[in-house]
Amino acid sequence: MNADLIIALPEITLLTLACLVLLVDAFSKDPLHLLTYWTTQASLLVVMALVLFYFPDNTQIAFNGSFVSDSMSAILKAFMCGITFVVFLYSYDYLKEHKFLKGEYFVLGLFAVLGMMIMASAYSLLSVYLGLELLSLSLYAMVAMQRDSKTAPEAAMKYFVLGAIASGMLLYGISMIYGLTGSLDLLTIAERINIDDSNHMFLVYGMIFLIIGIAFKLGAAPFHMWVPDVYQGAPTSVTLFISTAPKLAAFAMAMRVLVDGLMPLVSDWQSILMILAVLSMAIGNVIAIAQTNMKRMLAYSTIAHVGFLFLGLIAGTTSGFSGSMFYIISYALMSMGGFGMIILLGRNGFEADMLEDFKGLSDRSPWFAFVMLCIMFSMAGVPPFLGFWSKWFVLKELVASGFVELAAIAVLFSIIGAYYYLRIIKLMYFDKPDSMTAIKSSKQMRFVLSVNGVLILALGLAPNMLMSLCLVALAG
Amino acid sequence: MTLNSLPILSILIWTPIIGGIWALIAGDRQEQTVKYFSFAVSVITFIFSVILYCQFDPSYAGMQFIEETDWIKAFDIKYHLGVDGIALPLIMLTSFTTILVILAAWEVIEKHISYYMCAFLILTGLMNGVFVALDAILFYVYWEAMLIPMFLIIGIWGGPNRVYATIKFFLYTFLGSVFMLVAFLYLYSVAGSFNIQALHDVPLTLTAQKFIFVAFFLAFAVKIPMWPVHTWLPDAHVEAPTGGSVILAAIMLKMGGYGFLRFSLPITPDASLFFDDAMIMLSLIAIVYIGFVALVQEDMKKLIAYSSISHMGFVTLGFFIPFSIVAATGASSGAIMGMEGAMMQMISHGFISAAMFLCVGVMYDRMHSRMIKDYGGVVNSMPYFAAFMMLFAMANAGLPGTSGFVGEFLVILSSFEASFWIAFTAAITLILGAAYTLWMYKRVVFGEVTKESVAELKDINGREAFILFLLAIVILTFGIWPAPIFEVMHASVEQLIEHVLQTKIL
Repeated sequence: MNADLIIALPEITLLTLACLVLLVDAFSKDPLHLLTYWTTQASLLVVMALVLFYFPDNTQIAFNGSFVSDSMSAILKAFMCGITFVVFLYSYDYLKEHKFLKGEYFVLGLFAVLGMMIMASAYSLLSVYLGLELLSLSLYAMVAMQRDSKTAPEAAMKYFVLGAIASGMLLYGISMIYGLTGSLDLLTIAERINIDDSNHMFLVYGMIFLIIGIAFKLGAAPFHMWVPDVYQGAPTSVTLFISTAPKLAAFAMAMRVLVDGLMPLVSDWQSILMILAVLSMAIGNVIAIAQTNMKRMLAYSTIAHVGFLFLGLIAGTTSGFSGSMFYIISYALMSMGGFGMIILLGRNGFEADMLEDFKGLSDRSPWFAFVMLCIMFSMAGVPPFLGFWSKWFVLKELVASGFVELAAIAVLFSIIGAYYYLRIIKLMYFDKPDSMTAIKSSKQMRFVLSVNGVLILALGLAPNMLMSLCLVALAG
Repeated sequence: MTLNSLPILSILIWTPIIGGIWALIAGDRQEQTVKYFSFAVSVITFIFSVILYCQFDPSYAGMQFIEETDWIKAFDIKYHLGVDGIALPLIMLTSFTTILVILAAWEVIEKHISYYMCAFLILTGLMNGVFVALDAILFYVYWEAMLIPMFLIIGIWGGPNRVYATIKFFLYTFLGSVFMLVAFLYLYSVAGSFNIQALHDVPLTLTAQKFIFVAFFLAFAVKIPMWPVHTWLPDAHVEAPTGGSVILAAIMLKMGGYGFLRFSLPITPDASLFFDDAMIMLSLIAIVYIGFVALVQEDMKKLIAYSSISHMGFVTLGFFIPFSIVAATGASSGAIMGMEGAMMQMISHGFISAAMFLCVGVMYDRMHSRMIKDYGGVVNSMPYFAAFMMLFAMANAGLPGTSGFVGEFLVILSSFEASFWIAFTAAITLILGAAYTLWMYKRVVFGEVTKESVAELKDINGREAFILFLLAIVILTFGIWPAPIFEVMHASVEQLIEHVLQTKIL
C-alpha cells in the first residue's frame, strides 16, 4: 500500500496543493491574487520536480492495476506541468488586462492538470474516465469564466453539451468492453481478447465508441465541430490552455486505451484511425484557408495536426507511437507560441485575434515577427524548424510500416496547409501595419515567448534529444 | 593548422550563415557597416571556394573533403558532407554569384538593407549546403530551408504582384519536394540508411524505381524547371528584386539539375531508362515551345525567364540523352560528352542569366520599368552599358566564343549520336535563341530615342561596370577555354555514367 502511494505521489501532492491554493485564495484579499498565482506556479514546479525525482525505471503498477507509472507517463506529466506553468504565466497578464482575474481560474487549472496526470497514468477504463471527466469539467468552467463576454458562455455551452455526449459514448463503449471481457483493467482486457476473440465483432463495436470518445477529446474530424467554436469563443488564455496540455493527456488516453488495452484489435482500429486521419487533415487544412479569425484558423490547424498525430498510431509500431508522442509534444510547444502571440499583441481588453492584427508586425516588432515566423514555418513543417521533424518522424514510421500511399496523401494535405501559414507571414512581413502602436506586455511574457520561439528553432536544429526521449519513453 | 585539415565545406556553409545573422543583428541603422561586412563575408566565402578548387583532386571520381559527424543519432542521420566534380563547379558558381548580388544591391535596396543582406547570405550558405550534403535528410533540410529566405526576398523587395508570385513559388516548390521526402523515407525503409552513396547502390525493383523516379521528378522538374511545371518561374522572376532573380536563375534552377545527377539517375537508373523518351520529349518541348513563348514576351524579365527554361531544356536533354546514345551506338563516349555538355550549360547559364538579369536591373533602377516598349535607343545615352549587354545577349544566343556556345554545342553534337531528329529539333534553339534575345536587344538598345526618359539615362557607374565586367570576363574565358570546368568534372561524370548504365534490379 505504501508503495502505491509513492507511485501516485505527484498526483496526491497536486491534489493537496490545489486544495491549499483554493484556501489561500479564499482568505487572501489581494485583488491581484498574487499569492494565489505564485502558490499555483510553485505547486506546478513542485509536482514537476516530484515526477522527475521519482522517474520510474520500469513500469510500476498501483491500486490493483488501475494506475500505472512508466516512462511515458512520467515524461508526459513533466511536460504537462511545464506547459501549464507557461500557460498560467501568459494567462496572468491576460486575465489582468481583461479584468476577470479570479483565483478560481488557477484552482480549476490545477484540477485540470490533475485530471490530465490521471489520464496519463490510467491503467483501467475507470481511471481513464475519471481523469477525463475531471479534466473536462474543469475546462468547461474555465471556458465559461468570462461571464460578461458574448462568446465565452456560448462556447462553454457547446463544449459542455458535446463533451457530455462524447463522455456518454465513451461510457457506453466501456460498458460494452466490460460486458465482453469482464474487466475494466486494460492489461486484463488485452489478455482476455488474446485468449478468446470469438466476440470480435462486438469488441470492435465497443471499441468504436471508445475511439469516438478519444477523437472528440483530441478534436479529430468528424468529431471536431466543437473545436473552432470553443477555440474562438473562449478567452484566449483558456484556448491556449485547451490547445496544449490536454492534448498530451488525450494522446496518453489514446495510447492507454488503444495500445495497452486494445492492441489485439490493432488492424481494426488502424483502419478506423485512417479514416479519421485523412478526414482531419482534409477538413482542417482546407477550411483553415477560409478563416479570418486567428484563433479559429489555429483551431482548424489543430484538427489537421491531430490527423497527423494519428498517422503515428496507424503505423502500429512502438517507434510509430514514439513518433506520435514527439508530434504531440512539438505541437504543444508550437501551439503555445501561436496563442501566446495573440495574447502578446492584445492590449487594454482588446483581443488581437483577427488575421489583420498581425499586419506589418515586422515593422512594429521585428523580434516577435521573427518568433511568429518560426512558429508558422514550424507548423507548416518546413525545416529546419521543430515541426518538420515531427512530421518527418511520423511519416517515416508510417512508410516503414508500409503505408506509403497514406504518407503521400498526408504530405499533399500539408502543402495545402502551408498556404494559410504563409499567409500569416505575408501579413507580418509584406504588408504595412495599420498602426505603429508598440507592444505592451510584461517582461516575463516577452522572455518566455522568445524562449519558446528560439526553442522551436533550436530543437529543429538538434532534435536528437527529444527524439531519443520519445523513443525511450515507449521502448520500456 | 594546415589548410588541408580545415573543415572547408562547413566553412563554406556556415561563414555566410553566421555572417548573415550578424548583419541582421547589426541592423538597418549601421547601413554602411552592414554593406561592407556582407561584401567581405561573400568575398571570404568565395576565397574559400577557390581554395577548395585548388586543393581538389580532379583525377579522383569519388567524394573528397568528407566531413562526417552524428547529427540525429536516434535515426543514424549524419552531418555528412563531401564534394565531387559535379558539385564543385556549382559551389564556385554560388559563391561567385553571391558577391555580384551583394554588390548589385549596394545603392538600390533602400528598405531593410540588413534583412536583405542577411537573407542573401543565409541563402548562400544553404545553397552550398545543398551541393555538399551527402545525407539525404541533411540535403532535404538545406533544400527546403532555402525556400524561406527566397520567399521573404521576393515578398519583401519584390514588384507589385509579389505576394502572388512568392506564394506560388513557395507552394510549387514545396509540392515537388515533399514527395521527394516520401521517396527518401521509402528508400530508408529499404536500405536502412540515409547516406546518399549507400542509396546509390541499393537494389530496387523496377516498379519501386518508377515511383521513386516520379517523386524525384516532381521535386527536380519543378525546380529546374521543365515544361509543363515551369509556370512559377516567370512569375517569380518578374516580381523578384534583381538580386533574387539572379540567384533564382543562376543557382536555384541548377539545383534541379544537380538533383537529377545526384538522385534520379544513380538511384533509379532503370526507371530513368524507362522514362528516357518522355524526358527527352519534355526537354525538346521546353527548348522549342518555350523558345517561341519567349519570342512574344513584352516584359524583359519574363523573356529572360522563358529563355532560362528553354536553356534548361538543354540540361535535361543532356542528362537523359546518354541512354539513347548507348542504345544507338553501344559506346558511352558520346554519353559522357552529352552529360558534360549539360553540366557546362548549367554553369554557363548561371553566368549568362545572372548577367542578363543584372542588365535589366541596371535599366530598371533608372526607369522603373521592365517593359520593352518603354525603351528604345538606350545606346545613345548608355553606350558602355549597351556594349556589355551586347556581349551578354550574344552569349545568351549561344554565339561561339562565349560560354553559352560550349554547352549547347556539345549537347547537340552528342544528340546526333542518338538520333538526327533529336539533334535537329534541339538545334532549332540556336535560331530561336538568337531571335528572341537579339530582337529584344534591338528594340531596347537600338533605334530612335522616342522617349525623353531614355534620353536622360545615365550610363553605368563604376560599381555596375565592375559587376558586368567580372561577368564578361568569366563568360569569355569559359567560352574560349572551358577546360578547367571539364577537367574538374570529367572523372565524376565518367563514374556516374558507368553507374547509371548498370541495372539495379536484382
